[in-house]
Amino acid sequence: MRYAKNFLYIVGLPALLLIGWVLWSAQSTSFFVPTWEQMTNAFSTTWTWSRMTTDVFPSVGRLIAGIIVSIILGIVVGLLVGSFRWLRQLMEPTMEFFRAVPPVVLIPVFMLLIGIGDDMKIAVIVLGAVWPILLNTVEGVRSMDEVLSDTSHTYRISGVARIRYLILPSAMPQIMAGIRQSLSIALILMVISEMFASSAGLGYTIIQFQRSFAIPEMWSGIVVLGLIGVIMSFIFQIVERKVLAWYHGQREMENAG
Amino acid sequence: MTERDPSKGPAPHDDEAVGRERQVRDLHRLETGGSDDNFPAGYRVASLDTSTRPDPGAPAVSVAQRGATGRRTSTGRARAVRQRRRTWANRLLGLAGIVLFLVAWELLPLLGIVDGRFMPPASAALTDLFAKFGDSVFWIAVWDTLRAWFLGMVIAVVSAAVLGFLIGSSPFLRKFTNSTIEFLRPVPSVALIPLAVLVFGVGIESALLLIVYACFWQVLIQVLYGVADVDVVAMDTAKSYGMGTFARIRYVVFPTALPYLMTGIRLAAAVALILAITAQLIIGTPGLGAEIARAQSGGAYVSMYSLVLATGLLGVIINIIFRAIERQILSWHTSIRSEVK
Repeated sequence: MRYAKNFLYIVGLPALLLIGWVLWSAQSTSFFVPTWEQMTNAFSTTWTWSRMTTDVFPSVGRLIAGIIVSIILGIVVGLLVGSFRWLRQLMEPTMEFFRAVPPVVLIPVFMLLIGIGDDMKIAVIVLGAVWPILLNTVEGVRSMDEVLSDTSHTYRISGVARIRYLILPSAMPQIMAGIRQSLSIALILMVISEMFASSAGLGYTIIQFQRSFAIPEMWSGIVVLGLIGVIMSFIFQIVERKVLAWYHGQREMENAG
Repeated sequence: MTERDPSKGPAPHDDEAVGRERQVRDLHRLETGGSDDNFPAGYRVASLDTSTRPDPGAPAVSVAQRGATGRRTSTGRARAVRQRRRTWANRLLGLAGIVLFLVAWELLPLLGIVDGRFMPPASAALTDLFAKFGDSVFWIAVWDTLRAWFLGMVIAVVSAAVLGFLIGSSPFLRKFTNSTIEFLRPVPSVALIPLAVLVFGVGIESALLLIVYACFWQVLIQVLYGVADVDVVAMDTAKSYGMGTFARIRYVVFPTALPYLMTGIRLAAAVALILAITAQLIIGTPGLGAEIARAQSGGAYVSMYSLVLATGLLGVIINIIFRAIERQILSWHTSIRSEVK
């Protein structure tokens, strides 16, 4: 009974919205509102396997590559900058500036410097997505528990072991917060880099549909992009719950106690 | 204390000792400011942005939600300490960092590591930027950008705050809308670009659609968490004092949700600028982004770099202003006045 109720809560509003759209589009003559049949047609004809391999998978591949590079770069540089106070003070204003630059304006810059290949797109994704991770890592390293830090000093835990068992775990909650932000930035930059300069990819395809006034196809592209965003955030939540299982447990105990 | 034989059962319950211990603990809690105890030592700094989830007792949905503030999650004690440390020497070091960066930028094209045509030296870009400060075209572009940014922000913040308070104060609505909100939130706003172009063309409305969509979720989520964070005891107290619905919202719910709302607004300010510029760059609505696209396609590369610098400066200024506003409005909040402790 309780499950049924929860289920209703979850599907209730989306179902209502869907029904509303189907009913409304059936009587609407608006050019921009496709009907149910048009949409399902557009979906089955547009997102075929060949389209997936030529446009979707390369885009997602660049996205994943960009995210992985930003995570590694962000954590490594963040650990470095966070560990040395002078380095942090040296870098802080410059990083503050780079963070404030809207990452999309780097697309024309990188187009000039690197060209319009995959490299450029991945570089744009990395340069936009690395800042939340980097700055959160710095902040995570800084806000380390002093007692833990002193204890590990006393036990002469240093070098790799110190990073592996002390710094990384204690900064991990903040790092994950940074990664969460980076994911959405990376997705946005993937789309835009393809919209601005490309001849293939998801962003390009959607813009192409819009330019040729293929409205149902354009909507289906928007839905696909949305689905990618939703799937990404879903995967992230699973990973985060795994990585930070100890932390959630600790917080629960502290909240209960 | 005398040795006891363990075989004779558990130690007698020492009420006095337990009571004393509790007293000490309570006193300690009072002194340290209470709620801090809920966080492991490393994370108590994040008071403003912490527990941005509906029920602090429930298992955390995502830690990231707590700290998802962009940067500098540390407030409270850490900030006080940091501010004290931030002496002039540190600022000089920061300045040295900027100079170092500029020198590196200057040297890259001069030494021929990158093509000087595609990456003019820093001095050229800076000179061009200063020249632009006297140029009305530049200021019109800045004004267009800021106007889209401001309008989009206001629409998003007002609608999200109103809806957030409405949804947040009804458990039914919260449960009912949860799945939809969680589904729509990660949808990237740039997916709406083609729609915006079709419906609104290159007008400012296109930019507004993107900005409002992106900022709306940021603020809404924060307000929802904030409203859910209302202290049950405070609410019950207000009820038993006979405060009406409006008074309760004004004096109990609003102050609790305000820090969350401010966090949402600060995040939205940064996001809105990014999307304003994106819309200008991709769609071509007038503003700094459109100027950059024009400079790039026209081969005016020095101008392009100086405009990129200008957008960065704009971003920095907006960040600084909003951090100052947040500190001003929340000056009563413990996370800001931590120096008092």
